[in-house]
Amino acid sequence: MDPMTPYLVLGAILFVCGVVCMATKRNAIGVLIGVELVLNGANVNFVTFSRFNADFQIEGMVFALFVIVMAAGEAAVALAIVLNFYNNHTTVDVDSAEELKG
Amino acid sequence: MYEFDVQLFVFWLVAIGTGLCAIATVITQNIVRSVTWLLFTLAGTSGVFFLLGADFVGAIQLLIYVGGTMVLVVFGVMLTAQGPFINMKTSGAEWAISIVAGITLFAVLCFGLGNMGMQKTAPAQLEDPQASHHAATLGMGFSGAPVGPQIAQGLTNRAHYLLPFEIVSIHLLVVLIGAAYLARAKKRKEAAK
Repeated sequence: MDPMTPYLVLGAILFVCGVVCMATKRNAIGVLIGVELVLNGANVNFVTFSRFNADFQIEGMVFALFVIVMAAGEAAVALAIVLNFYNNHTTVDVDSAEELKG
Repeated sequence: MYEFDVQLFVFWLVAIGTGLCAIATVITQNIVRSVTWLLFTLAGTSGVFFLLGADFVGAIQLLIYVGGTMVLVVFGVMLTAQGPFINMKTSGAEWAISIVAGITLFAVLCFGLGNMGMQKTAPAQLEDPQASHHAATLGMGFSGAPVGPQIAQGLTNRAHYLLPFEIVSIHLLVVLIGAAYLARAKKRKEAAK
């Protein structure tokens, strides 16, 4: 078996869990948790390639670091939006955010 | 003769734990429990990074994700966890569709893993894994010095990461201002009248 495969399968599990989490959670913070899981799955893949592919050994870690920083910023902005939504609608149910529905 | 590989054993331990915590994050209906499972998932992911030799990325994962982002998420849960929002039930039909879609996506990803021709990349192990995964190499790349395996072979057309680093710092400043602007206490115009 290729030495990368277990790591990539772990990344795929995290990614799929994040996608299912985004699809099933009705709480806006649950959707945010799904995004974090997806980003972690991508990070596992980046670091795996940086370990097993000599041409990618710096880039993989650099991309992983950028993803971590972007995730921190995204979480801050998303939580500010969720709190604003909660202040205006007194709910965090994403199904009730339908003002823009056509 | 079979040799007991400690690193492989620890990897399977950490990987199975991380995967189970990720699945538990999805299937629990309680948002507080979901956040707690996510905490364990992120910590397990940083363990995987350590096992892959990326010490610096693992440490940053622990510091920023487990230490910073999780505190943000926990604060969000604390500020919004009012009675009905702690347990929000998802209907059975939505579960069924989501799980079928998820399993299909996972099957496609695993099928792609088996077919992506990794025979080319598999032998390309690092020549000296001890020397190239230190934080100093990353720091040199971030501060503008070209780094990477080709430098050792005399090629200098190697990328460095000073500009992306600057862009990320500007991005963080924008996020800081944007989050403070969004989350600020609004004056109620109706209340003032």
